[in-house]
Amino acid sequence: MNLQNQFRTPARNVAALGSAKSGVHHWWMQRVSAVGVAILGIWFVVSLYCLGGFDYVSVTGWIANPCNAALLVLWVGALLYHSKLGIQVVVEDYFRGATKTVMLVLSTLLHVALAVFGVVAVLRIALSIILGSAV
Amino acid sequence: MYWLVSAASGPTAYAAAQAVFANGITQLVLLAGLFAFVYHFLNGIRHLVWDAGKGFDLEVARKSGIAVLIAAVVLTGVIASMFTRLGGAA
Repeated sequence: MNLQNQFRTPARNVAALGSAKSGVHHWWMQRVSAVGVAILGIWFVVSLYCLGGFDYVSVTGWIANPCNAALLVLWVGALLYHSKLGIQVVVEDYFRGATKTVMLVLSTLLHVALAVFGVVAVLRIALSIILGSAV
Repeated sequence: MYWLVSAASGPTAYAAAQAVFANGITQLVLLAGLFAFVYHFLNGIRHLVWDAGKGFDLEVARKSGIAVLIAAVVLTGVIASMFTRLGGAA
């Protein structure tokens, strides 16, 4: 150890060498969203099966139920958030440089867009009863 | 998402979407997608158990890996047959 290093604080030695404070946030959000997606996924499959048919009237009627609409919005949000986090890890592991940046941006935009499309669709069906427009 | 947007776009759009879902190739893609989802779902639970610090020794991990693969095939078959009986819109 040379003289200069003796005066370095431990904090200086680790500065800019990794994340602080938010290091496990991504990892932890992946687990939390996974639990949400899994529980709501079981709900989705079971309720669709209980619905018994997929004609227009029964499907829109099912989505229009406030409880179903709320859970669907939650599921769409959790699913695309979980997907966004997962795809981000894959891109970060397998791409480098500009390609990585471009793919991360495109992936983020695509996930946000899909989530908004899903939520708007559910809300349009759910609110059409209140607003009185025939969907 | 396609299914939701088509339902929100009215009966005509929904009927068009139903025709797409009834197509044989779409059904095959959906079946593959369903298997991928179920496999990911079960392996996700396996990972959460590992995160809780259980079952992470090599022998148990190998066994649970095989169990998840078999369970995924079975569960995919169960869900697919459930929904095929309801009108093939799975």
